[in-house]
Amino acid sequence: MTFTIPIDNGDALKNAEADSQRTLYPYVTGTSIVAIKYKDGVLMASDMGGSYGSTLRYKNIERVKAIGKHSLLGASGEISDFQEILRYLDELVLNDNMWDDGNSLGPKEVHNYLTRVMYNRRNKFNPLWNTLVLGGVKNGESYLGMVSMIGVSFEDNHVATGFGNHLARPILRDEWRADLSFEDGVKLLEKCMRVLLYRDRSAINKLQIAKITEEGVTVSQPYSLKTFWEFQAFHNPTAGAQGSW
Amino acid sequence: MDLNLDAPHSMGTTIIGVTYNGGVVLGADSRTSTGMYVANRASDKITQLTDNVYVCRSGSAADSQVVSDYVRYFLHQHTIQLGQPATVKVSANLIRMLAYNNKNMLQTGLIVGGWDKYEGGKIYGVPLGGTVVEQPFAIGGSGSSYLYGFFDQAWKENMTKEEAEQLVVKAVSLAIARDGASGGVVRTVIINSEGVTRNFYPGDKLQLWHEELEPQNSLLDILNAAGPEPMAI
Repeated sequence: MTFTIPIDNGDALKNAEADSQRTLYPYVTGTSIVAIKYKDGVLMASDMGGSYGSTLRYKNIERVKAIGKHSLLGASGEISDFQEILRYLDELVLNDNMWDDGNSLGPKEVHNYLTRVMYNRRNKFNPLWNTLVLGGVKNGESYLGMVSMIGVSFEDNHVATGFGNHLARPILRDEWRADLSFEDGVKLLEKCMRVLLYRDRSAINKLQIAKITEEGVTVSQPYSLKTFWEFQAFHNPTAGAQGSW
Repeated sequence: MDLNLDAPHSMGTTIIGVTYNGGVVLGADSRTSTGMYVANRASDKITQLTDNVYVCRSGSAADSQVVSDYVRYFLHQHTIQLGQPATVKVSANLIRMLAYNNKNMLQTGLIVGGWDKYEGGKIYGVPLGGTVVEQPFAIGGSGSSYLYGFFDQAWKENMTKEEAEQLVVKAVSLAIARDGASGGVVRTVIINSEGVTRNFYPGDKLQLWHEELEPQNSLLDILNAAGPEPMAI
């Protein structure tokens, strides 16, 4: 449902302000999503933060949601746009169910739909300011893919958004294996999330890990990770050079 | 010094919404500024949407007024069609609809709070951009920057109505002390199953903070007050 306040801007061809229908910048943003395929399906981790510029304003935002029976959607970027995407997907899943034909949307289909939406918005210079991670399992096949706000879309065995691109992916390239157990998968994701917590200013120490398998979706309760500060080098780093950092 | 009296009216503002055991308490300051000039020192930023749902407005005065006017109009029709009072969630979603779909043009942050028979007291924050976030308490406006630490420490679940209102008044008062764009009186609105209560706390009824002095009528009163007795042997 849309309601745009009626404003007479004039003719878009003659009047520069008339095409002001473009998202210029995000306001409330979520940081990285990290996701991997593992033995039984897909694991996806995110923190629960919603930043407002440099302020860590919201600390209870769920950035990973179940879509239909077979998919998980994680989002970084503008939260209001993520909420709108969830509304679109709600409608998509509803209409799919109304066919009542025993079929249900799988992760490949949802990923494709999202790619079309994101790319078409980009073409109109009015993007949904998100990077989305879509993971799922259908008929025994695991699927994991990503779409960015400019419509770049691909699949891989492990994906990460935002800061995760720089900090998590090198870890995943080194340590990911196809036959990861649930426990090893969680440990690998936690290793990535801990690094992000140390090094990403917009990360908060409250995260959720979601799992999707043939059986269905589980999203963990929110929890915090221990961090490590007891290194000799941390105790008196400027002892040898007063005034340095 | 440029007062810029033609600047758009902005409610710098401090707004707060807090849930308690049985309802919600909404609070706000009362300053509306045009640039550096205080255009209205006694504004009412807590606006009624329905009998049981109110909204705290911050940011552009014009934008927040037009959004709440539209939502009041939609909710009125919705109530007639539904045959019973609108829920807080529906009110928040209508605010969201306008805030999100007009995000390029609007500059207003809102806090929706109310009571309905299904969910009890609820607070929804709708910041710039049109995100909706249900929260046990919400703060907004320029003055809220000074309150994040305060609430992290002072907030607790299941407060009584009196505790909640005192917390809100204290918080708005602290924000007024440090935010130039907030000032005037503290207004509160309490909403629960019994109905709605409006309260008014003028500046002189509030606690004094750091480096604030007891207000006097005149210096003369201080000078004329009996001085200390000279030392006598």
